[in-house]
Amino acid sequence: MNTPAHIETPADKASIGWTLIFIAWLIATASTLGALFLGEVMGYTPCLLCWYQRIAMLPLVLVLAAGLFPFDARVVRYALPLALAGLGLALFHLALIAGWIPESIKPCQQGVPCSDVVVVWFGFVTIPLLSVMAFAAIAALLLITHIKGSK
Amino acid sequence: MKQKTLFIVSAVVLLLAFVAAAVFYSGQKEEAARQLAETNRAALMRIHSPTMGNPDAPVIIVEFFDPACETCGAFYPRVKKLMAAHPDKIRLVLRYAPFHDGSDKVVAVLEAARKQGKFWPALEALFASQRDWAANHTAQVGKVWKHLDGLGLNMEQMAFDITAPEIDKLIAQDLEDARTLNVTMTPEYFVNGKPLPSFGFEQLTELVDQALAESTR
Repeated sequence: MNTPAHIETPADKASIGWTLIFIAWLIATASTLGALFLGEVMGYTPCLLCWYQRIAMLPLVLVLAAGLFPFDARVVRYALPLALAGLGLALFHLALIAGWIPESIKPCQQGVPCSDVVVVWFGFVTIPLLSVMAFAAIAALLLITHIKGSK
Repeated sequence: MKQKTLFIVSAVVLLLAFVAAAVFYSGQKEEAARQLAETNRAALMRIHSPTMGNPDAPVIIVEFFDPACETCGAFYPRVKKLMAAHPDKIRLVLRYAPFHDGSDKVVAVLEAARKQGKFWPALEALFASQRDWAANHTAQVGKVWKHLDGLGLNMEQMAFDITAPEIDKLIAQDLEDARTLNVTMTPEYFVNGKPLPSFGFEQLTELVDQALAESTR
């Protein structure tokens, strides 16, 4: 019996999974370096919510890298909670600067207010928006890896 | 194996991009700060500022400082030593940048001491006792007085002088000039109108040496 050419072998599966996690790692690393650039090089003081998002993003760089060598699909279990927590915080931050959340439940009254918008690129790209996109992309990649892996 | 190569190459590329961007950005920032100081020379020095050293000195260091700023306190003796190493060659001009909470009140104390000719001893006493009155980045003016005891100040006069409205105006002017010159951290030094390329005492010494060399030419 010939094996049909299009059936995914476990090796193929692993290779697709590896690529997905690798892309997630690339996003996490680029985001981390970007955050460090804004903070350390450009000298913007991160607000409280930015710190919480950093706390979720920074470990992803190490956790995802650890899941790549050797490839371990279970890395999703460890990385997804971080990505989702970060996504939640980033969405909250975005809602805050958009004014969807009333003043009274705004955290961080001292230091740098989180509702301040320090950077706007192309008229609509802000740092919290980039954060939402990065966390959402990482979470999506992790979910796809999980679904592909469990099939 | 190919995966490992891909990973390492990506990591190196990302890091290199970061370093290159950082180098490029700081170069731009340095240039921008230099130009800003050059086009805003008037904002650098005001006649109201306390100064130390030979009024005709060829090298003028303008320092934006906050009495509650630890680094300002740490740099002060080093700047003094630098001045002593080049007698009559350097003049120090102090500008107020009270960024810490409550610091403006301490500036008022300094200004009141200045009226009695005791600005520099008062400043030194405050820097020395910073730990006590400026804990947790908040200046507590109530804790300042006891550290000024040995200076022979007329304290009743001091209590009156710190309320002078000129002091508020002076601080407002200094803060506005700080904003104009994009001074966001203290201490910030300008040597003959040039800002430090990056923060550090070596950089300050280098700029001073450069200015001294230019002045003797």
